[in-house]
Amino acid sequence: MSALVISGATLPDGTRRDLVVDGGVFVDDAPAGAIRIDADGLQALPGLVDLHTHLREPGFEQSETVLSGTRAAAAGGFTAVHAMANTFPVQDTAGVVEQVASLGAQHGYATVRPVGAVTVGLEGRRLAEIGAMARSRAAVRMFSDDGKCVADALLMRRALEYVAGFDGVVAQHAQEPRLTEGAQMNEGELSSELGLAGWPGVAEEAIIARDVLLADQVGARLHVCHVSTAGSVEVLRWAKGRGIAVTAEVTPHHLLLTEQLAASYDARYKVNPPLRSTEDVAAVRAALADGTIDIVATDHAPHPVESKEAAWAEASFGMVGLESALSVVQAAMVDTGLLGWVDVARVLSSAPAAIGRLGVTTRRSLSAARRT
Amino acid sequence: MRHLLSVRDLSRDEAVGILDVAEDMAAVATRAVPKLPTLRGRTVANLFFEDSTRTRLSFEAAAKRLSADVITFTAKGSSVSKGESLKDTAQTVAAMGVDAVVIRHGASGAARTLADGDWIDAAVVNAGDGTHEHPTQALLDAYTMRKTRHGDASRGRDLEGLRVTIVGDVLHSRVARSNAWLLATLGARVHLVGPGTLLPPGVAGWPVSTGTDLDAALAGEPWGEHPDAVMMLRIQSERMHDAFFPNEREYTREWGLDEARFARLPADTMVMHPGPMNRGLEISSAAADSARSVVLDQVTNGVSIRMAVLYLVLGAGGRKEGAS
Repeated sequence: MSALVISGATLPDGTRRDLVVDGGVFVDDAPAGAIRIDADGLQALPGLVDLHTHLREPGFEQSETVLSGTRAAAAGGFTAVHAMANTFPVQDTAGVVEQVASLGAQHGYATVRPVGAVTVGLEGRRLAEIGAMARSRAAVRMFSDDGKCVADALLMRRALEYVAGFDGVVAQHAQEPRLTEGAQMNEGELSSELGLAGWPGVAEEAIIARDVLLADQVGARLHVCHVSTAGSVEVLRWAKGRGIAVTAEVTPHHLLLTEQLAASYDARYKVNPPLRSTEDVAAVRAALADGTIDIVATDHAPHPVESKEAAWAEASFGMVGLESALSVVQAAMVDTGLLGWVDVARVLSSAPAAIGRLGVTTRRSLSAARRT
Repeated sequence: MRHLLSVRDLSRDEAVGILDVAEDMAAVATRAVPKLPTLRGRTVANLFFEDSTRTRLSFEAAAKRLSADVITFTAKGSSVSKGESLKDTAQTVAAMGVDAVVIRHGASGAARTLADGDWIDAAVVNAGDGTHEHPTQALLDAYTMRKTRHGDASRGRDLEGLRVTIVGDVLHSRVARSNAWLLATLGARVHLVGPGTLLPPGVAGWPVSTGTDLDAALAGEPWGEHPDAVMMLRIQSERMHDAFFPNEREYTREWGLDEARFARLPADTMVMHPGPMNRGLEISSAAADSARSVVLDQVTNGVSIRMAVLYLVLGAGGRKEGAS
């Protein structure tokens, strides 16, 4: 691969300089024959890191594969993705997480960091072989039953205690299952009018409140997936004020869209957790701006078209996000003056890399490029 | 009228217009040959993804009295569960050449999805979608109230000032939803009564008042006057085992129109029920079979209303001749 000189790019801190890349790493001087790319007026960002991606392989290749998903990641500026465990077979053993990691390495579009399941088969009954996945070649550090909540309080406590031993983190899909049986959209005036079963905010907030207390009790790291309500933000703010080791993410769609889109019964807007109210969108934006929410993660969740071209209740939950996340963050957070580009680099790259313990040896930051 | 998907698409004048056309249709039924040639050569497809013998028969009777050809598809609930079925079934039937599709579906919004998609070109009539709406039921209820109150002088009138109390499982009731908005559009005042577990969480935004005390409502809450109509909603058997209320006995005691409560109603209060009734649970036989009960009028009027709706989406210039 030829060396590249990306000339006149604007770094997140506003300074402009040439970025020279040779052999896949930043270097000081352009070798002869380097290809020059004019980046005058363009913003440079470090490779983005997604902490919440569904690559669907193995098992659901009609929705996405590691190849198609990492190509989408690369197109959206992501150089690393964390592949959620709800594949088939589930990523609950060393063998499956190693397979997913090696598929990522083989295709080469983005680093694929598999997420290990917390419980066997995501069934919420007994712990998966967390230690084996941590020690495997995939070196899993993040564990999640995402798509399902680890609803059993004792199991959640044990998972937190267990992963603390090797600096792992449990990423919780906060959804009290009994309060959300059959839930289709945000609970409120609109759900009652549309006749769609409600997904009340308290079902998310109650689990987050329980889990931050558990994390505090056992001294473990907790990460909260796709925070969607103003009430959840309040609980997180309280927990962080107490010094509890909790981090949280918000999706691009929860930063941009509201429940009003469900009024069309267009199932493309059916996601879990559901799109919320205008007040909730304002609250998660403010929380991302003030650091109560640490990062943006896509919850990229592709489905075949027939799963969305259906009556709302029969359609699948989820929307894609890798290709559009950065544009959405720019529209919702940068253009509104809530975040600068340094913050964007943090919430979409350095902070998620830190939470996922993405190996520091494999990455170098843009500022490091400047120093060397 | 292109489709009938939701009563919320109807203005006061449009709603009164449908009721007036239904008056004409009702007059046909009194003829020696109760049939009009209006929709001869047109085909109406009944797509019943969810079983409802009563509604299906009513739509079939309505289409046949207008001389339309009728084809009917029925599927039992969850056996047709994946999204493809709505699109594929609709396209299959449409490919046979139909002018109107009457759809009953277990998923809220299914009729809207069918009408908004580019799968078919036919007019779509919502015959009940999940827990969302049942527009023709609300229209036939409004027709029944207007006819009972105004008789032969009904034409052109709305329901201004009428007091209607709807009792029971509002949360899961498409009938209650359609009635709440249609009756409000027509000028009636609507009071919803039921246990707090069966009143929707967002009901404060509806054009109605709500309460949990049936005795207070029958005594005149919130108007200070007795209701003109009391509509009892059906309690689905699956709700009884889902902790919405302790048990059937308590439900009947608190929210059933039993003999004692029925006896306290004024002689001109209409007793309504969309059917099928759970006698002894939400309504006593004394109330259901009384002179004040208009339950069978509701069934009769249902055919007139459905004739009017099919006529308006197909016959009155709403659809081009010979459309497929």
